[in-house]
Amino acid sequence: MATWLLRRLVQAVFVVLAMTVIVFIGVNVIGNPIDILISPEADAAERARAIAALGLDKPLWQQYLSFLYGVVRGDLGRSFVFNEPAMRVILQRLPATMELAIAAVLISIVVGIPAGLYAGLKPKGWLSQALMAGSILGFSLPSFWVGLMLIMVFAVQLGWLPSTGRGTTAALFGVQWSFLTRDGLAHMLLPAFNLALFNVSLIMRLTRAGVREALPSDYVKFARAKGLTPFRVIGVHVMKNIMIPVVTVVGLELGTTIAFSVVTESIFAWPGMGKLIIDSINLLDRPVIVAYLMLIVLLFVAINLVVDLLYTALDPRVRLEEQG
Amino acid sequence: MSVSSGGSAGPALEVRNLSTHFFSRAGVVRAVDDVSFTVGRGEIMGLVGESGSGKSVTGFSLLGLVDPPGRIVSGQILFGGRDIAGLDEREMRRLRGRHIAMVFQDPMMTLNPVLRIDTQMIEAVQAHEKVSRGVARARARDALGLVGIPSPEERLSAYPHQFSGGMRQRVAIAIALLHQPALVVADEPTTALDVTIQAQILSEMQALCARFGTALVWITHDLSVVAGLSDHMAVMYAGRIVEKGTVPQVLDTPMHPYTNGLIGSVPSRTPRGQRLPGIPGMTPNVMNLPVGCAFRTRCARATARCEQDPPEFMAEHGHAHRCFHPVAELVPA
Amino acid sequence: MSATTLPVPAAPAPPKEETPFRRLAIDFAESKLAVFGLVVMLLIALIAVIAPWIAPQNPYDLAQLDIMDGRSPPGTVGGEGFTFWLGTDDQGRDMLSGIMYGLRISLFVGAGSALIAGIIGSALGLVAAYVGGRTESVIMRLVDLQLSFPSILVALMILAFLGKGVGNVMLALVMVEWAYYARTARGSALAERRREYIEAAECLALSKARVVFKHLLPNCMPPLIVVGTFQMARAIALEATLSFLGLGVPVTEPSLGLLIANGYQYMLSGKYWISFYPGIALLITIVSINLVGDQLRDVLNPKLRR
Repeated sequence: MATWLLRRLVQAVFVVLAMTVIVFIGVNVIGNPIDILISPEADAAERARAIAALGLDKPLWQQYLSFLYGVVRGDLGRSFVFNEPAMRVILQRLPATMELAIAAVLISIVVGIPAGLYAGLKPKGWLSQALMAGSILGFSLPSFWVGLMLIMVFAVQLGWLPSTGRGTTAALFGVQWSFLTRDGLAHMLLPAFNLALFNVSLIMRLTRAGVREALPSDYVKFARAKGLTPFRVIGVHVMKNIMIPVVTVVGLELGTTIAFSVVTESIFAWPGMGKLIIDSINLLDRPVIVAYLMLIVLLFVAINLVVDLLYTALDPRVRLEEQG
Repeated sequence: MSVSSGGSAGPALEVRNLSTHFFSRAGVVRAVDDVSFTVGRGEIMGLVGESGSGKSVTGFSLLGLVDPPGRIVSGQILFGGRDIAGLDEREMRRLRGRHIAMVFQDPMMTLNPVLRIDTQMIEAVQAHEKVSRGVARARARDALGLVGIPSPEERLSAYPHQFSGGMRQRVAIAIALLHQPALVVADEPTTALDVTIQAQILSEMQALCARFGTALVWITHDLSVVAGLSDHMAVMYAGRIVEKGTVPQVLDTPMHPYTNGLIGSVPSRTPRGQRLPGIPGMTPNVMNLPVGCAFRTRCARATARCEQDPPEFMAEHGHAHRCFHPVAELVPA
Repeated sequence: MSATTLPVPAAPAPPKEETPFRRLAIDFAESKLAVFGLVVMLLIALIAVIAPWIAPQNPYDLAQLDIMDGRSPPGTVGGEGFTFWLGTDDQGRDMLSGIMYGLRISLFVGAGSALIAGIIGSALGLVAAYVGGRTESVIMRLVDLQLSFPSILVALMILAFLGKGVGNVMLALVMVEWAYYARTARGSALAERRREYIEAAECLALSKARVVFKHLLPNCMPPLIVVGTFQMARAIALEATLSFLGLGVPVTEPSLGLLIANGYQYMLSGKYWISFYPGIALLITIVSINLVGDQLRDVLNPKLRR
């Protein structure tokens, strides 16, 4: 178990390092680092100073090492737009994004698994067919369009929910959260659903496939032959088997969800990391872009690691193989 | 707790004209067609047939585990004098595991791979009796000991894949016997195991059934197993029982040409150096059974008369067959 | 007991001559929904190609525009006396024409990138499977790395560093998509590699390139075609998303995504048609391609071969 963990950690570090190389090349080699790291408003004298200060006159490999050093320390330059350390700007917006992403994942579990279960148990029913058709739409529709439609229907036509912004927040552990206030929740509802749609479809299909695969299997027949109630057969025997792939997918999708929040946050003007990155790209605030990419990579790698751990915890066959 | 073998209140199981059909868009499959047999208390009945003969479906029908598109279309299953063929699901659930139990063919797939052994055994106990978890666990442990699993206490906390094939099957048998049912249906339980393990399990099953007075229906394709194990046997072909009787009756004086062919094709019966006699032809496609006697397309003795359904002919002392041209002459009942 | 000759069942009639393509067409047509999707898809492609000839108005010819016509709802008759069936946008451009032209860009970028990614990705995947060894490891590691990142992030990164424009968008899309083709091609090729006809070709001392491209590739095509179909739909959706965010195609060559973005600000004041109709067009395109892809996947799946 320990060796496996070590191996995975090494892999993770490797991926992060690769990412730093890619970002470094993107900024310093492909783009013009002078434009990227120095505000376009600077005059010639400031530029010369900045070039010397940022070490842009040094050889490339030295620049990379200082960049790496900065990454480790969390210092990724100052944002042009906000004139604050880029990392701080991003971290300020992290709670908003995490809130939305976690809400989306929760919705997708709470809606997707029961729906998939139902569709798997009664595949020919009209509701199941409708759910399956809906899931195809959920997959193929671009999420930004769905967001627009949601706004159009619920905010403009029906006027039930607010269309933009985060609403009022309340503090918990020194951080501002929306879900703690009623107004905040109202603001969170539409974007969370928008973000969740893709996942709901995915999980629903996955659960349904799992149920359909499990129902005719021998262990289900055997469980029934023991005289167990259908509740127990499905609730324990079937569920425990299909939970493994579902949990894996949910975990991996958390990362993708965070990534796709860029779209949802832009549409709903939700002040999270996603909106920040889009604005930054449009405003050419490169330090923030770099900081965002590094943070995202770290998040991803961490999530993948946790999912792997979870997988071994859930599937006894894998777990014992590692030990044995 | 053993039941006296005096057969006081009638047979454990009496199947009368059971038919189970599968309805698909391509047609109707008569998987079990007008099947009748009786199993006395504490007796062992061997149900023999090739794959596709309908023997497994017969077993599932007994427990009401035939899933759509299949269902029991007619006949009676008299268990303890009561017809259970038409019982609703809730009633059947009370019987399953408690009074009738089943052992399946592949223990790796019948034991849920992600649940521990004790979980799977405790739930079997608690499904029918309101006992605490501790009591149920103790019962499970004793049952494991009964089927010859060493250090049962540790084994309880293990997962199925940590056991060998033979051990897993023993666990399945232990689960089947947890409530000392009156009838156990075993569907090819030893087919997936090594020959040596097979022999062990056979003899242990025999002993356990004798001890608890449990009737046993042993479904298999292997004649030699039936020969060593059972009191009675029935031979199935294309959904019908073509011959049945006591084991000595059927094996020593087979009537039906198919039975004859089966016996003849057992390798140990052929002297060394001679070609193995087989039954010519192939098992017919279940959708496309020949009219009348399903075996006639492979039978050397078939005539035009065989295009009618052969009825059951009763010979001496319960030895019956379905053939217009049996191999041996009928001894009148 | 008389011995009789048993009737021997007649040998089944030999199957009708049918090419694989004919077989594919027959199987495909089993799903009416898929056929409908295919018809819609082809119709859309047709419209996109002949748009300059059939569009009522050229929306990018400023001379034809009259800003007084701007923001008119669908069905209005404009100053020139011609009907804006789907309304106009803020500049007075006819939405219907705008959508037709927008389809051109969307389809061009989507299909183009899917094709290019397909060629590159499949080639890499085939090479990886055939050559094996270190090359394969390196390629597959890259594939895994690529696939573990969400597509939108990769695209964002590339566009952030290189800037906007049709070329860069296509590059970003190709970078996102190639890995799917590579993985599929490799899996398929690994399975086919072991087959006898490849051994036979090798025995004939054909060059490796020839074996890979003339013998291996045709048999790996079916899953690649399925992947390609889905990728095209994804590319179109992704490009629309990027353009909507302002990171995609330039204003002078608007795709459907950009059209939707333009209309977004008017939605809250009730002028929904500026965003809504391009959105519908986008939807129909993507869903029809997905329908076709779904059926293709079922039909070409060797495990389900009937």
